[in-house]
Amino acid sequence: MNIIYFIFQQTMLFTIPLMIVALGGMFSERSGVVNIALEGIMIMGAFVSILFLNLTGGKMSGQLQLLLAIVISMVTGAVFSLTHAYAAINMKADQTISGTALNMFAPAFAIFVARVIQGVQQIQFNNTFRIESVPVLGKIPVLGPLLFQNTYITTYIGIGILVLSTVVLYKTRFGLRLRACGEHPQAADAAGINVYRMQYAGVVISGALGGLGGLVFVVPTSTNFNADVAGYGFLAIAVLIFGQWKPVKILGASLFFGLMKTIAAAYSGIPFLAGLGIPSYLYKMIPYIATMVVLMFTSKNSQAPRASGVPYDKGQR
Amino acid sequence: MKTNKKKNYVGVLSSVFAIVIGLLVGLVVLLLCNPSQALPGFVTILTGALTHGMKGVGQVFYYATPIILTGLSVGFAFKTGVFNIGTPGQFLVGAFGAVYVGILWDKLGGVHWVVALLASVIMGALWGLIPGILKAYFNVNVVISCIMMNYIGLFAVNWTVKSYKPLFNTMRNESKNVAATAQIPKMGLDKLFPGSSVNGGILIAILVVILIYILLNKTTFGYELKAVGYSPDAGKYAGINEKRNIIASMLIAGAIAGLGGGLLYLAGTGKHIEIKDVLGSEGFTGISVALLGLSHPVGVLFSGIFIAYLTAGGFYLQLFEFSTEIIDIIVAVIIYFSAFALIVRTLMGRLKEKKQKKDGGREA
Repeated sequence: MNIIYFIFQQTMLFTIPLMIVALGGMFSERSGVVNIALEGIMIMGAFVSILFLNLTGGKMSGQLQLLLAIVISMVTGAVFSLTHAYAAINMKADQTISGTALNMFAPAFAIFVARVIQGVQQIQFNNTFRIESVPVLGKIPVLGPLLFQNTYITTYIGIGILVLSTVVLYKTRFGLRLRACGEHPQAADAAGINVYRMQYAGVVISGALGGLGGLVFVVPTSTNFNADVAGYGFLAIAVLIFGQWKPVKILGASLFFGLMKTIAAAYSGIPFLAGLGIPSYLYKMIPYIATMVVLMFTSKNSQAPRASGVPYDKGQR
Repeated sequence: MKTNKKKNYVGVLSSVFAIVIGLLVGLVVLLLCNPSQALPGFVTILTGALTHGMKGVGQVFYYATPIILTGLSVGFAFKTGVFNIGTPGQFLVGAFGAVYVGILWDKLGGVHWVVALLASVIMGALWGLIPGILKAYFNVNVVISCIMMNYIGLFAVNWTVKSYKPLFNTMRNESKNVAATAQIPKMGLDKLFPGSSVNGGILIAILVVILIYILLNKTTFGYELKAVGYSPDAGKYAGINEKRNIIASMLIAGAIAGLGGGLLYLAGTGKHIEIKDVLGSEGFTGISVALLGLSHPVGVLFSGIFIAYLTAGGFYLQLFEFSTEIIDIIVAVIIYFSAFALIVRTLMGRLKEKKQKKDGGREA
């Protein structure tokens, strides 16, 4: 039983950041703007917030410090994504190009600034954020060890974001309008919606969630930040497409990825799998191969937002 | 024809505009960090590549070779309406093909390096082919399958190199040296650029650029590929087989990127496949090269050399205690502003209008 708890806890650590970032991508694409810059936004969010953890290390610790870092990562991501929004919406630029530029800028900027400030590019931080067991809830049999032991506050924030995203997207006027802009911006405009404003909202939400995802990815898995989030931003785009641009399916896709990643990282500690003698590289490849196979069977009727990636031009007929 | 030329002209102008802004941003960053060293540092970025005369020029060509090809791969795919973000994977498996043949088939003598390069082309083509087939027959999004293929390629190559003894150098945790016969001949370039790492690879890269230019602009097949790229529906209506087209274009794009890998790893400059779970940067740089070169083969050639030139200059920046990442920042800003082609177009339009008004006034 312990081993199942362990796998589940580890899976959550991989799943939550992927899901948060993919949900961010969802808001952007549902508004009609492709955001391939998620990788760069993650790096930027992680960089500034972890720099904050590093600088306040001696003076603060624990959950308050982490909560402040979360706010900082979201603000950073949102501000950084404004550059993408400006290029894509105001300048009607090719969204792939400006996204690629952001992806290239973020790691270079993070390394450059880190070197200027502290001489080396790795930023150290003390991980004082792990929750051994949540009071009361951690003692519940089965559910306690699964969800409330050996965890991070970010896990619950991630779940909260999932619920909130679903509600916002499907149950609010804002969500309906956002989706309309991604499907048929001309019609949305004719109905009196300010398409540009909605697209800005979509991109900025994706930036905030992307920045947060960067922090959430780095904190449990490392004790220093090296201007890298291991391609998670690109994986999140894969999860987004895999999840068909829908919140609950995105959760499913990220759980699948998280579980596969966990197995690849920790298979030697899982007696059943360690006994099979399969080389570790195969485990590392499985998540990617499995995604492609699943997509082969599910892509025939793709449900991408119809206007995603097309700059909206008011004057166009 | 005339409008075509005009479009290219505006494109080049917007690239120049982007480059100027990128360099200015770089200067501002340097000034903010260390005002006293900023100017010499900036001059180094601009001219550092030429510090050692012809040797420096040779180094620029050496750095440019792989990124011209990854850039050409991305640019070619763009022209046919596909975003090939799979260049890092195609580049790496291409390098693996070349290194495999380069180490193991050492009885081939004079044609060894040619066979090794062919292996890199075939491996790269295979890695591009899979996303192409998946798109054509299963409608799988090319971007996502390319990203998946990058990681599959990375782990497959690391796994094979590490577990197959004849390929693996245990001491240094990387692939062994390729045989001397597998190294690309210098083709006389070592006399032109003494002391540099440049070799025949740059000539092969230029040849491929010319071939792709001819393919895209002078053949029916290339015309069909581009037609589908501009408008898939119109292409379909005109009776172009779009399934065949997407497969062909990914196959060719993969082959070009794979060749890039082969050329770098057979250059005889001590480049080995290192066992690291990180994708090499050449593939991603290719995206920048393609975007700056407006996806045009000749544009890609020049933008590849330009980025290599900045990178070479960047190495000398360490003398002024700036880290070389400033080059990436500059290139990122250049790419960002090159997306703003529209501003330049509107500005040019306004200028022209003014001029016409003036001319008109004179006539009247």
